[in-house]
Amino acid sequence: MTADAGTAGAAGPGGGLPASLAANPLLSDWLDFGDDGAVTIRSGKVEFGQGVWTALAQVAAEELDVDLARVRVAPVSTAASPDEGVTSGSRSVEDSGAALRQACAQARAILLRAAAAKLGVAERALRVSDGRILTAGGDTGLSYWSLAGPGLLARPAGPPLPVRQAGEWSVAGRSAARLDLPDKIAGRPRFVHDLRLPGMAFGRVIRPPGPAAALSGLGDPGLPPGVLAVVRDGSFLGVVAESDRAAAAAAAAVAAAARWAERDSLPDEDDLKGFLLTAPAEVACVARRHDPAAAAAVSRTLTAEYTRPYLAHASMAPSCAVARWDEGTVTVWTHSQGVFPLRRALADGLAVDAARVVVHHVEGAGAYGHNGADDAALDAVLLARAVPGRPVRVMWSRQDELAWSPFGSAMLARLSAGLDSSGRIRTWRQDVWSCGFNGRPGAGGQPRLLALGHLAGGRPMAPAPDGPASGAVGSTRNAVPGYDIPDLVVTRHRLEAMPLRTSALRSLGAFLNVFAIESFVDELAAAAAADPVAFRLAHLRDPRGRRVIEEAAALAGWSPGARRRRGEGTGLGLGYARYKGTAGYCAAVAEVDAVTDVRLLRLWLAVDVGRVINPDGVINQVEGGAVQSASWTLRERVRFSRSRVTSVNWDSYPVLRFSEVPQVAVRLVPAPGEPETGAGELAQGPVAAAIGNAVAEAVGVRVRDLPLTREQVVKAIEAG
Amino acid sequence: MSGRLHLTVNGTPRTLRGAADASLLDVLRSDLGLSGPRFGCGSGLCGACFVLVDGRPAASCGYPASAAAGRDIITVEGLADGAGLHPVQQAFLDEQAAQCGYCTAGMVISAVALLRAQPAPAAEEVRRALDGNLCRCGTQQRVVRAVLRAARTMAAGGDAAGGAAERPGGAAARRTTTAAEAPGAAR
Repeated sequence: MTADAGTAGAAGPGGGLPASLAANPLLSDWLDFGDDGAVTIRSGKVEFGQGVWTALAQVAAEELDVDLARVRVAPVSTAASPDEGVTSGSRSVEDSGAALRQACAQARAILLRAAAAKLGVAERALRVSDGRILTAGGDTGLSYWSLAGPGLLARPAGPPLPVRQAGEWSVAGRSAARLDLPDKIAGRPRFVHDLRLPGMAFGRVIRPPGPAAALSGLGDPGLPPGVLAVVRDGSFLGVVAESDRAAAAAAAAVAAAARWAERDSLPDEDDLKGFLLTAPAEVACVARRHDPAAAAAVSRTLTAEYTRPYLAHASMAPSCAVARWDEGTVTVWTHSQGVFPLRRALADGLAVDAARVVVHHVEGAGAYGHNGADDAALDAVLLARAVPGRPVRVMWSRQDELAWSPFGSAMLARLSAGLDSSGRIRTWRQDVWSCGFNGRPGAGGQPRLLALGHLAGGRPMAPAPDGPASGAVGSTRNAVPGYDIPDLVVTRHRLEAMPLRTSALRSLGAFLNVFAIESFVDELAAAAAADPVAFRLAHLRDPRGRRVIEEAAALAGWSPGARRRRGEGTGLGLGYARYKGTAGYCAAVAEVDAVTDVRLLRLWLAVDVGRVINPDGVINQVEGGAVQSASWTLRERVRFSRSRVTSVNWDSYPVLRFSEVPQVAVRLVPAPGEPETGAGELAQGPVAAAIGNAVAEAVGVRVRDLPLTREQVVKAIEAG
Repeated sequence: MSGRLHLTVNGTPRTLRGAADASLLDVLRSDLGLSGPRFGCGSGLCGACFVLVDGRPAASCGYPASAAAGRDIITVEGLADGAGLHPVQQAFLDEQAAQCGYCTAGMVISAVALLRAQPAPAAEEVRRALDGNLCRCGTQQRVVRAVLRAARTMAAGGDAAGGAAERPGGAAARRTTTAAEAPGAAR
């Protein structure tokens, strides 16, 4: 569901094995057969509500020929799971699914070989039904469970075996109910927030008031009973107590006694454009293709700038972790998206041997990018160090969650394009200004955990990396338009300052880049007096791209000239992109009513994500991505003074509510012959663009600065 | 008075010590070991901690436990008769109306209260009734569908736990939908 850098393909070194399997070749690391008639699969990818465990279970059930109900998914842990890095970038089904599928195919072959030897028949005479081994004569009495003796799968994967193709699927490719939902709907403990360990103590961290504030003194806090420790290290301040109640009271007392030296370090929130354009930046070429003849044919050039503010991750649950410190051995329970990178970052940051750090994943609330989970894990370890042998649970406040989780960077895209006399786009220039999007633990060789910068002697976190400019793995994701444009230059300006901490947020730079490109394409279409749909199709050869545009337009009842369907003040708009330029296709149509405020009435989306393991899971992800994108587009903006973040609760950081959420229709365009791609992020950009284009249609004025609030619309109208 | 607190939670009378100054949410989670009501914001702005107090949804995070004395407190764990699911919960499962699920219990509480007051709500009424529940995953449309489904089930006499004759993990598991037919897919 979430965005990140990374380029791992489905197959890599390892003789054609999927990359994850080549890197973690032991078959028993991926699956085993318990004595209870169940199959346990292990993946390095974590569940955070995106439904990946269900899809992976379907993949395993399909390849093994067992009932889906027999498949269990083991929690991810550095102690037992394959290292698949971070669960991000919409690559889980692609990467982990491919590895599991191949591991299951090999396990099945090994078990069938064992069965054939036992029965004295040829392997090809055997088949499998729900894990039982059958011949033409019937049940052999053998099953995976009777055959899979200890050690049988403790061998490395062999050369790749053929796997079942989508046309032969019976479990995969059909909607399956999510494995994790029964617990969640019943309210049973399942989240790290619900974890209760024997002897557990409760910690709270008292954060500085702003990113550049330093602790200057601590009076006598007058602690309540039940406090086990007050931890003060530089500007890191925390308490540990016997109960959550005592910890909260102690934290309030310590906060009241703490004195901070604040410093203005933040830009003017009302002049983000000025900040982005004047901060020191590293300039790099993203893409370049030259066609002098095309450039010479340009008869008219348009230019426009589009911006987005800083956006908060804004998960509904505050970040939370439990840690225990036992004589230098550290155990952590966390909702981190990457338990292995977190282990390395903790070991690095605390100067302990990584072999002495064990990190267990426990589910948290939705993750839409790099949230505070890793930081909360370090907080818990730092507090646990003060009470050795006792697990310590730390949960952030809502205020800290909204102020201290990494943000998605503010961005600016400046676009310029040349049309020829026939109304075709011949040239395109795009410059993108942004802070880095790759601020996860370990990025740039640094642990990048929040509290490390607050500890005595700690250094401020370096600006977040953004990946190679040409890699589409940071602010440049989808910075290159997917249309047929002969002459094109795209340039990245990565800020070398990071006044507010930035990192991955769902779809990375694609959200603003696609908003900008697709808004601009509508502006170009208007200049060429063309219908936006026809104009896009005239510049797009890719048949899969054309198909989603046509399907979305058809769903919405789009017809040229009929976009203001219900009179003044309402409008339809379309946005399109192929995510990352290489992954899933998405086109969205939005209908807005902008008579008094901007109200989003309906969204229609057509998506092509290749072959699909769990159709309802994909639709759920696309719907959710569309609604979240609508919330970013219409409402969201991190607020701050010159010294501190001020949008620290849902009244100051509003997100879309039930009464404001549009009706969303999603059409999956079948593409069973195409490889699966992620579905969690591809709607972000197209939905924003569709809303922007619908607003422009409704009010007759282009609003280029997000969010598209009433105030912004009025400002754009006044600016004429 | 300050020493003991008497609460009735999910039909069971409980006596607590040293909890009179705590929030109801803290008492439910820390003292009574419940996990359904969840901490989201601590300010009553998100709905993750909603419980029924005398049948009305209330943000337990800001509700003084002392003020709950003598009132009937129902959490999501106490909605169903017996071990099954309440029809609203079953409908959430049938519609796969969640992603991360952190705030689901609070939404179920709001929905149950709505359906007691208005057994046959229009979609707009459902949206209004759930406006105090935030969902960052964007599942609102499914949730509305689930509440409308629950209303139909309950009207048809399926008010017994799990009464819709749906097994857990219902619709999506039973259906053998293809991509184009999946729930939510537009024609």
